[in-house]
Amino acid sequence: MLVLLGIGVVVFGFIVRANPLLVVMAAALTTGLAAAWTPDADLAVMTSAGSDTLASFGKAFNDARYISLTWILLAAIGLLERAGLQERARITIATIKAATVGRLLWVYFIIRQATSALGLTSLGGHAQMVRPLVAPMAEGAAEAKFGVLPDRERFLIRSHSAAADNIGLFFGEDIFIAIASILLIKGFLEANGIIVEPLELSVWAIPTAIAALVIHSFRLWMLDRHLKRVLASATPVESAQ
Amino acid sequence: MITLDHAYIVGGFFFAALAILTALDNANPRRFRTAIFWALLATSFWAGHLIGDLGNGLLALGLVALAAIGLGQGKPPTTTPEERRGSAERRGNALFLPALIIPAVALGGTLVVQYTEWGPQLIQAQHKTLVSLVIGVLIAVAVMMIWLRPPLLAPLQEGRRLMDSVGWAALLPQMLAALGAVFLAAGVGDQVGQIFAEYIPLDTRTMAVAAYCLGMALFTIIMGNAFAAFPVMTAAVGLPFVINELGGDPARVCAIGMLAGFCGTLMTPMAANFNVVPANLLELPDRKAALNGVIRAQIPTALPLLIANIILMRLLAFP
Repeated sequence: MLVLLGIGVVVFGFIVRANPLLVVMAAALTTGLAAAWTPDADLAVMTSAGSDTLASFGKAFNDARYISLTWILLAAIGLLERAGLQERARITIATIKAATVGRLLWVYFIIRQATSALGLTSLGGHAQMVRPLVAPMAEGAAEAKFGVLPDRERFLIRSHSAAADNIGLFFGEDIFIAIASILLIKGFLEANGIIVEPLELSVWAIPTAIAALVIHSFRLWMLDRHLKRVLASATPVESAQ
Repeated sequence: MITLDHAYIVGGFFFAALAILTALDNANPRRFRTAIFWALLATSFWAGHLIGDLGNGLLALGLVALAAIGLGQGKPPTTTPEERRGSAERRGNALFLPALIIPAVALGGTLVVQYTEWGPQLIQAQHKTLVSLVIGVLIAVAVMMIWLRPPLLAPLQEGRRLMDSVGWAALLPQMLAALGAVFLAAGVGDQVGQIFAEYIPLDTRTMAVAAYCLGMALFTIIMGNAFAAFPVMTAAVGLPFVINELGGDPARVCAIGMLAGFCGTLMTPMAANFNVVPANLLELPDRKAALNGVIRAQIPTALPLLIANIILMRLLAFP
């Protein structure tokens, strides 16, 4: 039971917002020490347990280098950004004449999911796309239709802009064969003597991706209906600038 | 034959270049500390197999210590927003094409090794996807260097620009994998599994699948990260019950199990970068609440999707 202390360290670390790498290391050492602890363990026993844990952490860290290898992708993505990839993405989205909040967010959601499935996860994101582009466009679409927005609906639209980004990313990225989560699964199974190929894993992310697409598309359709019901009666279109 | 070791050498060069360029960058307020961080990572890629387990542990400890005291961001030379807009208008949607080279080569290489006689002689079969991915990156960079004619150091400087913005978080997935291994060795999964087995009947496929998926989501909510939940819950329930005892296919069970965890990520303030950062960026009035607007917007998608994952795993994972 004592080994569950490591999980407690993780939870505590996240609650006090400590650096997650530090939390992970602390949790590993706590777990190793807790596993070795007995009422009559002396300092020498605990020291050697600590260094054994550090060694087994080091071995696993070294075996899992391939997870961080994928960062060299950024050299290629950075070159494309330098040539205006994000700007191009913005221009392409803006040419799509989305009439409503729901449809605009839906288009972004689809693009986010599709590009994530190609491994282009850095094309979207809250700082890069949602705040400067998606949320303002969604608010703009609502204002064009309903006039000045009440705070409640404005914040609802913003929240949905962030949600479209997250959901598109999460349920698209696992279709790409070299994303960290796929490699983590591969590594875990390998450590347990089961060899699987990244492609086998990513193929089985597709059914869930389709389910996410269906469910979230329905949610965005409902969002449009909700906004129409709440805003159309309250604010006549004429009052808009 | 091109092997994973060759790919690691390429990775080592990338991180070593980051270290050198960072050390030379006056604009980074913590340039030496940050440079040492990348240099340690380059060492890991080049010499990880030489320095022994404890050496690797100490190296990881050094990375953690540097991350904890804080890394800095540099100012690599890049294009201005105006130049980028001009380039985007001039080059049009052709800009998306080089980005497609990487997944295309990764997929193509994987299939070539799997289905041709000569493929395995070209690329190490055991790591075909990763090796192909690295080859894809190198090809994509080469194509863009010829097409766009940027300065020679541009791929490394642009890579540094993006790596700096990711920072220490770049190593979190690898560290979590290592933590998972320590948890595994100490029997954390077994303990959690015992708790599960004691209170929940896991003897039917439906019950075991439901327990695994709900456990993944719940643990992710607590840990804030499906990567941290995955090794624990899979060792506790997924592997012993769903896969070994009840005959689930490992690839399918784990792929869908991870996505069940992602449903948990949508519902927790612990997943700060996904749920709290945007609430701050978008200036939501309830950004400090446990269930802020972003999380409330996500829960009605996350819950049905979690149920969908349970159904999908039950239907697909037992071929």
